[in-house]
Amino acid sequence: MGYPHHPNPRETTVLSKHFGEADARTLDGWKKRGGYKALEKALGMQPAEIVNIVKESGLRGRGGAGFPTGMKWSFMKPGDGKPHYLCCNADESEPGTFKDRELMRWTPHALVEGCAIGAYAIGAETAYVYIRGEFTEPLHWMEQAVKEAYAAGIIGKNAMGSGKRIDVHVHKGAGAYICGEETALMESLEGRRGNPRIKPPFPAVSGVFGMPTTINNVETLIAAAPILMNGADWYKKMSLSNPKSTGTKLFSVCGNVQRPGTYEVVMGFPFKEFLYDLCGGPLHGRKFKAVIPGGASVPIQTMDEAEGTLMDYEGFVAGGSMLGSGGVIVIDDAQPMVTVIARLARFFAHESCGQCTQCREGTAWTTKILERIRDGEGTVEDLDTLLDIGEQMTGKTICVLSDSCAVPVISGIKKFRGEFEALIQGRRFHPVTAAVA
Amino acid sequence: MTPDLVGDLESPDYASHDRAAHGPYTPVFTGDVKRELDELLTHYPTKMAALLPALWIVQRVHGWVSEEGMAEVAGLLELTPAYVKGVVTFYTMYHQHPVGKYFIQVCTTSPCGICGAEDVVKALVRDTNTGELGLTSPDGRFTVIEVECLGACGFATPVMVNEEFIESMTPDKVPELLARLP
Ligand SMILES: Cc1cc2nc3c(=O)[nH]c(=O)nc-3n(C[C@H](O)[C@H](O)[C@H](O)COP(=O)(O)O)c2cc1C
Ligand code: SF4
Ligand code: FES
Repeated sequence: MGYPHHPNPRETTVLSKHFGEADARTLDGWKKRGGYKALEKALGMQPAEIVNIVKESGLRGRGGAGFPTGMKWSFMKPGDGKPHYLCCNADESEPGTFKDRELMRWTPHALVEGCAIGAYAIGAETAYVYIRGEFTEPLHWMEQAVKEAYAAGIIGKNAMGSGKRIDVHVHKGAGAYICGEETALMESLEGRRGNPRIKPPFPAVSGVFGMPTTINNVETLIAAAPILMNGADWYKKMSLSNPKSTGTKLFSVCGNVQRPGTYEVVMGFPFKEFLYDLCGGPLHGRKFKAVIPGGASVPIQTMDEAEGTLMDYEGFVAGGSMLGSGGVIVIDDAQPMVTVIARLARFFAHESCGQCTQCREGTAWTTKILERIRDGEGTVEDLDTLLDIGEQMTGKTICVLSDSCAVPVISGIKKFRGEFEALIQGRRFHPVTAAVA
Repeated sequence: MTPDLVGDLESPDYASHDRAAHGPYTPVFTGDVKRELDELLTHYPTKMAALLPALWIVQRVHGWVSEEGMAEVAGLLELTPAYVKGVVTFYTMYHQHPVGKYFIQVCTTSPCGICGAEDVVKALVRDTNTGELGLTSPDGRFTVIEVECLGACGFATPVMVNEEFIESMTPDKVPELLARLP
């Protein structure tokens, strides 16, 4: 549902059905809503069968990269004699993204169940849910849910009487966006600085504690339960456009829009209708100018691009951007683009772990140049310098935080060059009438 | 690249102000708290993995993580104090010096920025009498800092007061918020 608003009839609420129902947070309330039936079913199946159903469903990772989940699970080789681990990525720090927060604070048991199913499917006895430290409320509900699930014997050394051991532990982060990168998360979980690792080896070979590990986003794991209950075909049918994008997706919407919130729609939903009907359109007297549709790391869309987009992995690429994390940032004509982009660059500069020169220096230079343009002190050469730095920051570093910083800058200059040039030429930004390239 | 571009980009250094005098260090991990750590250690195959949780406990008990706190944790987890310090300094949420009774974090990343976060910051700095971001008010009650995305962008502007997470803060609501803090 469009939490905190009333659900819109055009939403398809599978994962968000119980948002806003305080009772769904308790074990009893969750069971009344059909909770843990999927886990029970899973424990009666062979792990390989579960992996196949998830593969067949077309579910793709909801953390940003969209990697096919069933395939990721199939990389975990049963019977290799090593302990396997499942990590749930609940670090959610990508600007614009706040869907995992809603999932955990309204349906914490759904995540416990998702972790238990995932762990069983990949042959792991332990799942860690790594939650960012600032999420005090989700942490509270998740800890409570884990405690209740242990007490009821749903997880633990004999999960639901299956004879299988499944432990779920909540691990609290301590403030670092980079710990959402999968290998940085593993380093952090091991008690180290959150520096991303060079890949390969990939986590399925050597992940947390040097053991085979699968890492999935909160929303990905929660989607596994309804898929097991209703079947792969049911999930696959929820697709309005491209068959490679299936199921429902949570989009968290923020910025200059009438009804910010978390909405769940079927893959392929028209973005224009989403923005104007579900989210209520622009604030009174304003117009939309740009959208960053998948969290701060994806290219900025002009309204022309956004309004022609279908909301799935392929659709956002065709519309000049990416689906990313599903964090939709809406920017209206009262906002100077240079200010918006400069602040995003500062975010990345602050969050760079500093291992790679291109990223450590590039994010800082980019920020300084953008801020001086914003302050009316830029030069004509600055735009070329920014594009040049952006190119040097792309595809050359240990993780993609560096690329992520370059993305809004390069796309911003390309699509809103007029605003940059006006500031450089000493013309002030005039809200509402600003030229849109 | 022009040299003036090189250098750090840190926001105001809130660690540099007067470190409040503090008395002799009282160990954290005794009695129930030690048992809490022992239980935590059963969650992981290595002792080191309990480092972040152990540091959280130190901060919960003392309000910040001092060098003595780091040394205590190091001893229990068989790490060196220097290693622990290296980890502490990576993460933004561990306080390496005492902070006000109410530690207030305001998100100013772009999605909140375009919804007026700067005005919330200004109102907070003014009404808490801290004078400047990162400093503690003369009465020791408040420290206000700007932080990056708090993961609640649709509820602009989110503010954290210690462990409490407050959604949709506006400058008008600041006096009411401060008045209700004991
Ligand atoms: C800098 C950076 C930050 C990331 N932050 C997150 C995050 O907060 N949550 C998340 O699920 N994935 C995040 N990711 C993606 C993860 O690395 C990983 O792809 C994902 O957790 C895999 O889960 P999925 O296959 O279920 O999507 C981030 C990636 C990068 C490079
Ligand atoms: S790209 Fe940036 S954040 Fe990623 S490892 Fe390199 S320095 Fe760290
Ligand atoms: S940008 Fe402020 S909470 Fe995300």
